[in-house]
Amino acid sequence: MSDDQAPTVRASAAAGRRLAGTAPEPGVPKPDALLVLDGVTRSFGGLVAVRVDHLEVQRGAITALIGPNGAGKTTLFNIVSGFDRADGGRWWFDGRLLTGRPAHRVARDGLVRTFQLTRVLPRLTVRENMLLAASGQRGEQLLPALLRPLWHGQEREAGHRADELLERFRLGRLRDDHAGTLSGGQRKLLELARALMARPVMVLLDEPMAGVNPALTQSLLGHITELRDEGMTVCFVEHDMDVVMGISDWVAVMADGRLVAEGPPHTIARNRAVVDAYLGKRHDEPGTIQEEP
Amino acid sequence: MDFSVIFSDALRSGIGPIAAVYALAAMGLNLHFGYTGLLNFGQVGFMLVGGYGLAVTVATYDGSMWLGVLAGLACAVVLALLLGVPTLRLRADYLAITTIAAGETLRLFYRSSWAEDVTGGVFGLQRFASDFYDLSPIPPGTYGVWLVEFNARDLWVLIVGWGLVAVVGVLLALLVHSPWGRVVRSIRDDETAARSLGKNVYWYKMQSLVLGGVIGAVAGMLQAIQVQSVNPDSFDPAVTFFLYTLLVLGGAGRILGPVIGSILFWFVLTFLDSALRQAIDAGYISSDLISTSEIGAVRFALVGLALILLIVFRPQGILGSRKEMLLSER
Repeated sequence: MSDDQAPTVRASAAAGRRLAGTAPEPGVPKPDALLVLDGVTRSFGGLVAVRVDHLEVQRGAITALIGPNGAGKTTLFNIVSGFDRADGGRWWFDGRLLTGRPAHRVARDGLVRTFQLTRVLPRLTVRENMLLAASGQRGEQLLPALLRPLWHGQEREAGHRADELLERFRLGRLRDDHAGTLSGGQRKLLELARALMARPVMVLLDEPMAGVNPALTQSLLGHITELRDEGMTVCFVEHDMDVVMGISDWVAVMADGRLVAEGPPHTIARNRAVVDAYLGKRHDEPGTIQEEP
Repeated sequence: MDFSVIFSDALRSGIGPIAAVYALAAMGLNLHFGYTGLLNFGQVGFMLVGGYGLAVTVATYDGSMWLGVLAGLACAVVLALLLGVPTLRLRADYLAITTIAAGETLRLFYRSSWAEDVTGGVFGLQRFASDFYDLSPIPPGTYGVWLVEFNARDLWVLIVGWGLVAVVGVLLALLVHSPWGRVVRSIRDDETAARSLGKNVYWYKMQSLVLGGVIGAVAGMLQAIQVQSVNPDSFDPAVTFFLYTLLVLGGAGRILGPVIGSILFWFVLTFLDSALRQAIDAGYISSDLISTSEIGAVRFALVGLALILLIVFRPQGILGSRKEMLLSER
């Protein structure tokens, strides 16, 4: 895949400005929060995987969620998207209480996620993968499904949209192939394109760049910033710090299940709590974060 | 050895009413297993409640045939709900365990002396099929082309049976190629992904279980009508495995897979039966080695062998695509 014009990767001035007055401290309220988490906890046996006191995600911005392995990032994603159950706490999406809502409802509410290990539908074609994600399809009900004229028009519209998105993600020529034949990077692209097909208000991307070659990473980053510029809210988990620093408007840091720091990217690199989280705290120093027993 | 007799027996069985019954039951199973990925090991249970729904309504309660058909369908819906509600949220294996147990439980329940007043217990029920045969426009006699001959009754069941196969086939083809079908196929591939895209996986699995079960019940009714009796022991768990055999043979996840599979299964089974019988009669096989009474077991052993060869050399079945099958094993 050739990238003749590398997309310019930059934080949006607009989103940055709106967050400019926000203090870089964990749990700080945002001017226009789309997703709000409060007191969310989850433990597996004796291990506390997530204990987030308060977190707000700004609408229309790219928020990166970082932290060392086992920090609870994916678990938090799973809880918010309805794939895992929290032990306690509440969370709201666009003002609506989301606690205990099943995964498919969360997706229909406009909060769509992708997975760390891609989940394309291998025996469906690339195009079918896309069409599946279209929402409100009449033909998905049992009886109308038998009557093609009832859903044919809607299907054609979805088809146009799917083809547009596939072209945008450079998967157009693969559209009739089975998704199971795609490479790892192509699967990442398909999963992102498929999430967009659902017309989400916000996307949760779990390590969208993992296992993707550098050229493709640039193109994926370009797509993600474009999405934000079109008004979508993006929250992603990522380990590659260049990516995080390059495109995010805001960074939230988790360690041992807790939210330990928040702020614009440039403040995060210097943050003591973040350095501690990644490199281990210095025991001779007072004021470091208490670890879970 | 008379090859024309062997061939005529085999052909008669391959296109006969029982092949239609099995094709129909396997089409329901194909919706479960081939399209939705539901491991239903109790399809025979749906056939049983269908057959008994009809027989009990007519023979025990003097209802009409159409009322019996409705009762059979209703029983299948209830059975599907009973099986689905507790298990469809769980992993696929649990449905398999539950359905295989349910099929056998139903058989024992229907044959119990406690239920004898209604179901006839171990004796089963007879004399409930006359309404069906009265509908037949075919005058009595025997009808045949080339090597095969059927009497008027069998011919009527055969026509209705394959007619139902055609109707169900068309309906299923419309369904699986619709957005509804896309959703169930996505559940077969990866239900977590389907859920992340806003699909109510549980609800679709339930619809599929009910629909495939109802198709199985129709097959059960047709079988009851064809043999003009229902007996609990003819709804043996082995029936489900024959259904899986012919489904794999024809190709799971293909509309015509179970149809081709059923025709071929019954053709081969009867071919072996008839050929062995003739070979023993003609002295080609010593009756010390295989006696006529053992043919039934031997032909199934040979079918088993054929199935092993099929799995080794053409695991996707006759109509399946190997490429597509390999994609699911990432």
